Amino acid sequence: MDYFSILVVDDEVDFLDTIVKRFQKRNIDTVGVTSGEKALEAMKERLFDVVLLDIKMPGGMDGIEALREMKKLQPLTEVILLTGHGSVETSIEGMKLGAFDYLLKPVKLEDILAKVGEAFEKKNAHEEKIRKAKIKELIRYPSRAFDIDQLKDED
Amino acid sequence: MKSNLSERPDYYKSLKRNIFISVVIVSLIPLLIFGGIIRYVFQTSYIERVKAHLTTMVKKHAQNVDTFLIEREANIVSLAEAFGYEQLSDNEFLRRQLERFQTAYGAVITDLGVINADGEQVSYAGPFELADADYSDSEWFEHAVESDVYTSNVFMGLRRLPHFIVAVRRFENGNVWLLRATIDFRAFNELVQNIHLGKTGFAFIINRNGELQTHSPPQTEIDISHNMVIFDNDIPAAFVDDEPFFESRIDQEGREIIYVARLLKKGNWALIFRQDQLDAYSDLYHARRIALMTLAIGGFAIVLMAYGVSRLTAIKIAEADQAKEIMNRQVVQSGHLASIGMLAAGIAHEINNPIAIMVEEAGWIEDLLDDETFQDGENLNEFMRSLGQIRKQGVRCRDITHKLLSFARRSDQRIQLFDLNELIREVADLVSQHARYNNISIEMNLSNGLPPVKASQTELEQVLFNLLNNAIDAIDRKGGKIEIQTWDTDHMVYFSIKDTGSGISGGDLERIFDPFFSTKPVGKGTGLGLSICYGIVKKMDGDIVVESAAGKGSRFEIRLPASDEDEESPRTGAAGNQQT
Repeated sequence: MDYFSILVVDDEVDFLDTIVKRFQKRNIDTVGVTSGEKALEAMKERLFDVVLLDIKMPGGMDGIEALREMKKLQPLTEVILLTGHGSVETSIEGMKLGAFDYLLKPVKLEDILAKVGEAFEKKNAHEEKIRKAKIKELIRYPSRAFDIDQLKDED
Repeated sequence: MKSNLSERPDYYKSLKRNIFISVVIVSLIPLLIFGGIIRYVFQTSYIERVKAHLTTMVKKHAQNVDTFLIEREANIVSLAEAFGYEQLSDNEFLRRQLERFQTAYGAVITDLGVINADGEQVSYAGPFELADADYSDSEWFEHAVESDVYTSNVFMGLRRLPHFIVAVRRFENGNVWLLRATIDFRAFNELVQNIHLGKTGFAFIINRNGELQTHSPPQTEIDISHNMVIFDNDIPAAFVDDEPFFESRIDQEGREIIYVARLLKKGNWALIFRQDQLDAYSDLYHARRIALMTLAIGGFAIVLMAYGVSRLTAIKIAEADQAKEIMNRQVVQSGHLASIGMLAAGIAHEINNPIAIMVEEAGWIEDLLDDETFQDGENLNEFMRSLGQIRKQGVRCRDITHKLLSFARRSDQRIQLFDLNELIREVADLVSQHARYNNISIEMNLSNGLPPVKASQTELEQVLFNLLNNAIDAIDRKGGKIEIQTWDTDHMVYFSIKDTGSGISGGDLERIFDPFFSTKPVGKGTGLGLSICYGIVKKMDGDIVVESAAGKGSRFEIRLPASDEDEESPRTGAAGNQQT
């Protein structure tokens, strides 16, 4: 399996601890945090390939808000929404904001891993595209600065 | 649809009565006002016309009579002036003059006579034996010697026949003498008797004493005292102006009589025309009767129409009220469903998280058991089986909560594209427990490739719930079978639900979709289920029909328009026979 990193965000500490342990047991670089604020702090410190984000987190920043901020910090990081609420409307809103997909709790780890794998592949493909575009740009206009945001918009 | 008139009879009776009264008033008042105006204008103009006609007629005839009298006076005056006392005293000469008059004017002048100052008739020409008649005591003689020309009233005189005379006073050699002519009464009478109108209109002449100067018509007795009133009262201005006098009076029998009068003979006589008002205005009264009859028929038609309109309106309002009531109940029911949905969503969320933890913990134990340390454990297989059960039951709980969440999500009425087969499977699954408890098997024969339906999924779900619950209720505890089938033809999607229950009898079948009609025991059914189903399906431009017979089960068939948006939602692939 390719090496990739996951950030798991869930206010349910018991769930968070267990799933983090299970990912780590499969040698996946996993960090678990219990709120949106903490997730953003973590993302400011390092890059993640995929984020598993609980939508409903009472008492602070909710999943949708956190998603919006995450996409500003790390636009290429794929976010999979995880919810026990089952609100399709909220999940669709999340998809519109750039989430990769959503999963309803409880969900088998195998299903999560499969979805994470898809998200990782998409992220890799996206990065590859950017890299090629950058090389092409540099060959054609060596002196021009590379604007990653502009390339993302064209995607 | 059952009428609400029977449920709140007083309110709708009062409503019907008020509408009836309003319609009658609004319709009749303009008709009566218009009719009244027309009647007044027509009556006034008609009476004026009759009055003008009668006045003209009386005036013309009065002038004729006056002319007749003046001509006779002129005849006698000219005879007296042309010949003197000497010549006229000769009987033979006088006879020749009478013949001349009669040749010229007909037998208008009956006889001629010359009377001396003592009232003795000196000469006479005429048919009567009056050669030596003495008039010295006659009333007319007294008046005649005092005026140049005198025309008497009608009197009997010596000949004992009604007549009147025209006398001319002359002076000759200091002596007074009179030339007298008798006017033929019949000839004079004809001047008045020709005036005849309608059945009761006739004319006559009276003098200042109220005495008739002409014949009275045989069928009528003239009330002289009544006629006298014309002269006893102040003389009307019309008489002074030489215009006829028009008046209506009530006679002793209570009849209204029209009088038209004009003075004659220098105010000594009056020509009077008399006619019953009923006769004079007979055309007016006839027209009035026709108008009244028309008004009565029109009024009757208005009353009939008002009755019909009020009854129909009251029924329509009752039906609208009933529909409103049903809608209110549906809103309440929708509210209940929404509340249940919200509750279900809350519970599902609260349960999902602990289940997720349980499943993850079980997964973590499985992960740990994969380590070599535990591979040789005596009960490893038992651990793995037990953990598998935990995961399996966790997934089962998840499925239940997902169904609850799915139900909660659909408590709205938004129109959306969906797969009917999928919806049928979900609803059938939800009622399957209830069906199994009643020993009922549900068989599904769902068409492959059914086009999607664009409708409110929640509402159609409600239709399916109601129909399936009714089918289960119709089957007794011994058990039975429910068959659900789907198919499509000509842009329409069909589904049918057939049960082996008790069925519906013919009489009930006609009312099965009526609100509040239920064949279930009291307290078990609201009688709204099928009515709501009917309303929902009709709202979707679909149709619902039922085939049933007592003891042979029922089959409900629902037809819905297929969506044209096939490209957005492809035809369903997963279908086929299924049994729960």
